Amino acid sequence: MKTENFMRLEFPSHSANESFARQAIACFAAQLDPTLDELGDIKTAVSEAVTNCIVHAYPDCIGIVTMKAKILKDNVLQITVRDHGCGIPDVEKARQPMYTTGGSERSGMGFTIMESFMSDLKIISKPGLGTTIQMKRKLSRKGVRP
Amino acid sequence: MLTSFLQDKQLTIALDGEIDHHSAQRIMQQIGGKIDQFLPASCILDFERVSFMDSSGIAVVLNARRRMNELGGSVILLNVQPQPMKILCSAGIEQIAKIS
Ligand SMILES: Nc1ncnc2c1ncn2[C@@H]1O[C@H](COP(=O)(O)OP(=O)(O)O)[C@@H](O)[C@H]1O
Ligand SMILES: [Mg+2]
Repeated sequence: MKTENFMRLEFPSHSANESFARQAIACFAAQLDPTLDELGDIKTAVSEAVTNCIVHAYPDCIGIVTMKAKILKDNVLQITVRDHGCGIPDVEKARQPMYTTGGSERSGMGFTIMESFMSDLKIISKPGLGTTIQMKRKLSRKGVRP
Repeated sequence: MLTSFLQDKQLTIALDGEIDHHSAQRIMQQIGGKIDQFLPASCILDFERVSFMDSSGIAVVLNARRRMNELGGSVILLNVQPQPMKILCSAGIEQIAKIS
């Protein structure tokens, strides 16, 4: 598929970077004239993916998180979030609603939200090597350019 | 510090800003602290000024609900804006907390 535009960001897994990643994806997506609702969904999905790197991939250390975004044809935004952390032993289990290894501070709804707010959620993970999340969202182009 | 007031054993706590994993732990601790201090019959979480929330916010509500359950009380969510509402609904929150 032809790429119309792209960006790539790298940052350490500090929790303060959760809001940075959300603002960054919102700025990049602005060129697709998203509606407020679409922007909310995209920011939420990125927040979930990046938080997972911070909380689960690098539980006792600071590692690098890479976020990439591409604009594909027909107003499709593709987002990739990658870590080199601990990996997910059982991806099918991790995708289940309410499944969490994070205790009472987590809800286990991250993947469920990414799946329902975005399309084509792909989770590629190898224990010990890290995890890559890829998701897409087609924008309606009904929004107003800010 | 979150602002709150107590009236007729009803504790109202005003949340604000963006609720994500970065901010959630502090918010949970403050809500827990206020519930322990006032031992209310019900706890109202006012979401009017919450501009963004991800799934970390679900855990905030669940924690408040767990503490209120121990006191035999309830949790009520007030003035929830569209984006946080979408997150709360995707978690079926209306089954465990009243949204008004
Ligand atoms: N990037 C990651 N690296 C390692 N484990 C992960 C990662 N993302 C998710 N997981 C695992 O998948 C589970 C489910 O994730 P999620 O649905 O976001 O719920 P939560 O973050 O609330 O636990 C996590 O509890 C964790 O065990
Ligand atoms: Mg998560």
